[in-house]
Amino acid sequence: MTSMSAGTAIRVGADVAAVHQVADSLARFGDRYLRRVYTEHEIACCAGTPSVVAAGLAARFAAKEAAIKVLRPSTYQPDWRSIEVRRSPEGWCSMSLSGHAAKLADEAGIAEMEVSLTHDEDVAAAVVVALCHSQSEHNNESGAHLRDLLLNGAL
Amino acid sequence: MDEKIRSILAEHGRFPIDVSTLDENDDLFRAGMTSHASVNVMLALEDEFDVEFPESMLRKSTFESVDAIRAALRELVSVS
Repeated sequence: MTSMSAGTAIRVGADVAAVHQVADSLARFGDRYLRRVYTEHEIACCAGTPSVVAAGLAARFAAKEAAIKVLRPSTYQPDWRSIEVRRSPEGWCSMSLSGHAAKLADEAGIAEMEVSLTHDEDVAAAVVVALCHSQSEHNNESGAHLRDLLLNGAL
Repeated sequence: MDEKIRSILAEHGRFPIDVSTLDENDDLFRAGMTSHASVNVMLALEDEFDVEFPESMLRKSTFESVDAIRAALRELVSVS
């Protein structure tokens, strides 16, 4: 973790995946492979020719691995599907966490997580960057937010 | 069971070394198996032994050695 200022830090994770290996898995295990690793949204986003499907899924697999490097699980690894790449209508991607992955992010004080995907021929890659607050900073910010709400009469 | 596990590891684990040289407690990830290859190993084991790994078993430690895989399969086979 790289310190930026007191109580704030960034975490970076990167990973690559071979597109042909994803294509092989699809050919060998088909729907079982898809449903164990990817969400409905991810599968829908990667529709197209077989090469387009494999490249899109490979980039998403790399993103899941990159996110795990950011989350740094000490016990067990989150379900692949609890780390989801969401694509906006404009084409930009973001990360959405649920279940154990979301819990790990919360414990690490991760306030924001961004992802960038790319692929070229047989290589797909992803970089995930997270902005973290230390737990005390996280608690202080939560407390400050609560105080603001109280002072503004929202609660 | 060990023979089938090693056969699946050889076919799907994408190891840079001969799987037969691995001790049953050797760390398969350190030996070169990637996370993506471990997904294929898991699915092939399910096919071979007619079991399904539950989410609670989907962790690296389940697939980190021949011994760990054997223990997981025995647990699954005994409850199925």
